[in-house]
Amino acid sequence: MNTVTVATDRDAEWKDSLTTERSFVRRLLIAGAFLYLTIFLFVPLVAIFAEAFKHGLSGYVDSFLNEDALGAIRLTLLVAAVAVPLNALFGVAAAWAIAKFDFVGKQILITLIDMPLAVSPVISGLIYVLLFGAQGWLGPWLAEHDIKILFALPGIVLATIFVTVPFVARELIPLMQSQGREEEEAAVTLGASGWQMFTRVTLPNIKWSLLYGVILCNARAMGEFGAVSVVSGHIRGLTNTMPLHVEILYNEYNAASAFGVASLLTLLAIVTLSAKALIERKTVSAKSQR
Amino acid sequence: MSIHVEHVTKRFGTFTVLNDVNLQVGAGELVALLGPSGCGKTTLLRILAGLERPDQGRIFLHGAEVTDQRITERRVGFVFQHYALFRHMTVAENVAFGLTVQPRAQRPSTARIQEKVRELLTLVQLQAMADRYPSQLSGGQRQRVALARALAVEPKLLLLDEPFGALDAKVRKELRRWLRRLHDELHITSILVTHDQEEALEAAHRVVVMHQGNIEQVGTPDEVYENPATPFVYQFLGDVNVFHGRIAHDRYEDKEADERAHADADGSDHREVTFVRPHDLELSLNRTTPTQLEATVKFIITAGARVQVELASKESSEIIAVELTKERYRELKLQQGDVVFVHPRQLQVFKVPGPG
Repeated sequence: MNTVTVATDRDAEWKDSLTTERSFVRRLLIAGAFLYLTIFLFVPLVAIFAEAFKHGLSGYVDSFLNEDALGAIRLTLLVAAVAVPLNALFGVAAAWAIAKFDFVGKQILITLIDMPLAVSPVISGLIYVLLFGAQGWLGPWLAEHDIKILFALPGIVLATIFVTVPFVARELIPLMQSQGREEEEAAVTLGASGWQMFTRVTLPNIKWSLLYGVILCNARAMGEFGAVSVVSGHIRGLTNTMPLHVEILYNEYNAASAFGVASLLTLLAIVTLSAKALIERKTVSAKSQR
Repeated sequence: MSIHVEHVTKRFGTFTVLNDVNLQVGAGELVALLGPSGCGKTTLLRILAGLERPDQGRIFLHGAEVTDQRITERRVGFVFQHYALFRHMTVAENVAFGLTVQPRAQRPSTARIQEKVRELLTLVQLQAMADRYPSQLSGGQRQRVALARALAVEPKLLLLDEPFGALDAKVRKELRRWLRRLHDELHITSILVTHDQEEALEAAHRVVVMHQGNIEQVGTPDEVYENPATPFVYQFLGDVNVFHGRIAHDRYEDKEADERAHADADGSDHREVTFVRPHDLELSLNRTTPTQLEATVKFIITAGARVQVELASKESSEIIAVELTKERYRELKLQQGDVVFVHPRQLQVFKVPGPG
């Protein structure tokens, strides 16, 4: 006859105490984290909405239902609509090359991709002023051909592209590296063309990370201030994106309107974070099937 | 489809992976490329598939030169060591892949594709798994799916890169026999890369033993095992006792007794090394002939199908490994410390370059 020892609750508690902190310490740490978040995140967020609604609902709506504000919103959306797809394409192409091939200059490419994250946004904007400005390298040539890059839409788009380059690529590179290239090789030996291999084997394997990268890229593209501020020229209604418009309003002591427009950007942030959380859940459930 | 490999050389940087390799494979043969890691066998396989290009040399498939032909045109089935199944597709979709990517003109109808998938899954005995995902299958099942997928496009050549390497011993043995039976049924020219000599000897019609980018020997399993052409082949294909001496005039003279170097016809030095397999050594408790080697029993392992005995030679410090049948072991009633006399039933002497 076999005797079986059953672990009692006390055994479990004892084991737990060896590897987890005491409950008092745990509560202290969690409280500390919440306090930190409250001061630096929650209070500012609440303050934004509180200030935005200072003049009531109609005041709130007025802050962005005017010519200048709508222009800023349109411009922001347009810039994102150009910058994000381009960077998504570049990100996929760069991650593909880096993950599946060996070539001279690979490390340089990786470093270059990371560069916009290390460089101050103001410098990012300054690069374009030095290139395309009146005293810049290409300035005289552009003036000759009557092409406006700075203080116009093209400049803003370029600056935004520059600062958002890393997001998709950095999301995809480690993923594609860990996936290796055997599946692609298998597809090719089975007769798939390059395009078929890419759309039917590679893309489905990276789709959630790609989406995540695109969402991050979009959030940054819409919210970029420093680089765009340098190249924009701040022409109301024409070359102001939403972040710039918020600055102008605030500098005119029109705090309520400033916060009103800012609240739209905050909503964008909240939507971005929700999408991120959803995607993460999808990725976890996909991984657990492995 | 016959294969003809002509003077193929491949380098990665300064490292020569394949060194002027020549090989012929007849149509319908199952050939094993056998060798240790780094010998170039996988590279050769990938060159045949078109996944790598040789730096020099030419490849002919069924008489036609394919050295520069694109992978997609070669009609080669490739089975990877780690299966490389498409993780987001079901088993059925995986198997159907090769058919669904064909250009519209050649592609069979959906119904025909489904039928083919069913046939293949039945062939590999996985009909019940058609709607599962690869992550839900065991290693052995995944490899069978990979094989079915490779066979779906009716390849003229089947290339298997250590297909059972990632599986445990029992599954490996089963699949190895299953593969051989499958090959006997389908007769597709197949090349199997492996570092497991048992696998090569059991499954293949012919074995190609490779070492450091060169082919050491090509032959049937019997040939390479019984008549190894080089010391490397001898050592790789089974356990071996190496005696640094030579059998002269029916007498074993060990290293200390015979240190004279011999000169070859071209004047270079060589010495002679004697190889004996553990199961070709006979033990007796009394000296019966003057040619026997005296040794002491150091270690006995009785677990397993045969008994492994480790002896320490009296004359030299060499350790001699002997394999006995259980009956013989019981006859001898061996114990640690016993003195025994060793005599080889069969041996092979190789000339190895270098002074004595």
